[in-house]
Amino acid sequence: MNDTNKMIQVKNLIKKFDDFTAVDNISFSVAQGEIFAFLGPNGAGKTTTIKMLTTLLHPTSGEMNLNGYNPVVDKNEVRHSFGIVFQDPSLDDELTAYENMEFHGVLYKVPKDVRKNRVEQLLKFVELWDRRNDLVKHFSGGMKRRLEIARGLIHHPKILFLDEPTLGLDPQTRNHIWNYIKDLNKEEKMTVFFTTHYMEEADRVASRIAIIDNGKIISQGSPQELKNQTQTSSLEDAFLALTGRAIREEEAGPIDHLRMRRRMWRR
Amino acid sequence: MSTIYILWLRQLKRYFRSKSRIIGSLAQPLLFLLALGFGFGPIYQRAGGGNYIEFLAPGIIAMSIIFTAIFSGIEIIWDRQFGFLKETLVAPVSRLNIMVGRTLGGATVASLQGIIVFLISFIAGFRPLNVILLPLALVFIALTALLFTALGTAIASLLEDMQGFQLIINFLVMPLFFLSGALFPLEGLPKTLVTVARLDPLSYGVDGLRGTLVNAAHFGLMTDFLVLGASVVILMVIGSYLFSKIQI
Repeated sequence: MNDTNKMIQVKNLIKKFDDFTAVDNISFSVAQGEIFAFLGPNGAGKTTTIKMLTTLLHPTSGEMNLNGYNPVVDKNEVRHSFGIVFQDPSLDDELTAYENMEFHGVLYKVPKDVRKNRVEQLLKFVELWDRRNDLVKHFSGGMKRRLEIARGLIHHPKILFLDEPTLGLDPQTRNHIWNYIKDLNKEEKMTVFFTTHYMEEADRVASRIAIIDNGKIISQGSPQELKNQTQTSSLEDAFLALTGRAIREEEAGPIDHLRMRRRMWRR
Repeated sequence: MSTIYILWLRQLKRYFRSKSRIIGSLAQPLLFLLALGFGFGPIYQRAGGGNYIEFLAPGIIAMSIIFTAIFSGIEIIWDRQFGFLKETLVAPVSRLNIMVGRTLGGATVASLQGIIVFLISFIAGFRPLNVILLPLALVFIALTALLFTALGTAIASLLEDMQGFQLIINFLVMPLFFLSGALFPLEGLPKTLVTVARLDPLSYGVDGLRGTLVNAAHFGLMTDFLVLGASVVILMVIGSYLFSKIQI
């Protein structure tokens, strides 16, 4: 479990909520500087996996390693290593765009002068600099998304987790943001781990892909390898060939939450 | 330190930005002060208790503190629902610092609220007897605020959403308030009620304020201080522990 080239290593990872197995014995690894796509239908276990990797959730069993640290034991070191853009909103609506950025920078102990420069640069980049002193609650969904992405980049993490980052963004913004992330990936060798439902996006930016369904990884490889394996011409078709055409239940989230609550009350 | 500061600052900014919340939370103490103060005042006087407003005001100040403090602690549930909690929890800072920053912020807000109600009580005719003891009254305000913010944090760490909120108000905050001696003197009460009041930490906050503002402590200022201080420490420890166990 200590290959120095590997930024993320996961071995036999399992997460159970009572009788429901959200993540079922998965193993994969991501090399430094790789852009890795983690694809799967709703409720497949993508977000649960990310939560375990990012120290928010305890795994039931299995091994994980991030930047040489174990998310269960060396939480603080792991937290220093990554940045994350969550699937659902995580901004403080009662603060301004600038204050949200500032808050993040302070929490991650980015030195003051660097912080000021980066916040300005990033806000300009996502074209929110003019609105920096507006409360986030007045922002549209797309603006909030852009702000969250900018925020995740303030501390120049070694690993960037993006959980459906481009959901609800127009193609222009999506392109713009991916170009920036790809630059960072190249210049700083930042490893990127992302999920998306846009297959052409994964096809375009990911160097490697893992497809997860019902908590299990059913296939891994480069976009081309997946297409070859399924004898399809697009990643979308490859994805459908691998995961089937049945429409899934809308996210396991609410059920998870109910289960979590029951556990909380019992404690 | 910077973590604690930024979390503290966040609570204050949120407080000052929600004008409706400030005004709304002042209406209740004012109503209590006027309705109870003037409603029971004559009877209280006839029964030989003296000036009821003078007796009541410290209790109402304590009431506004406990409500604001518990509410500030409970705000964690909001942060959880709106996702902001995740942002704080993935950051490379100790859970203890997050908990302390939040609690200090919430306690500062609750203290401010208490001070505002103290000023409002002047409208109802309240005048503190010992101006020299005002700084000591501030200490009791701060301790009470800290205690109940920590309690709110501890409870909120166990809850997933706001559905339990009514439960907490009705089964915890209301009893703590009504049984604390905020509204009536603890002298000459049935034994059970006195015992309950002795177990209620808010009693010591009310008593401390009464002792410093109108010179009428029941337990004694030293007792009040020690009980409050010890409760703050215990609840901070419990709150930090529960907070550190939060999974999302």
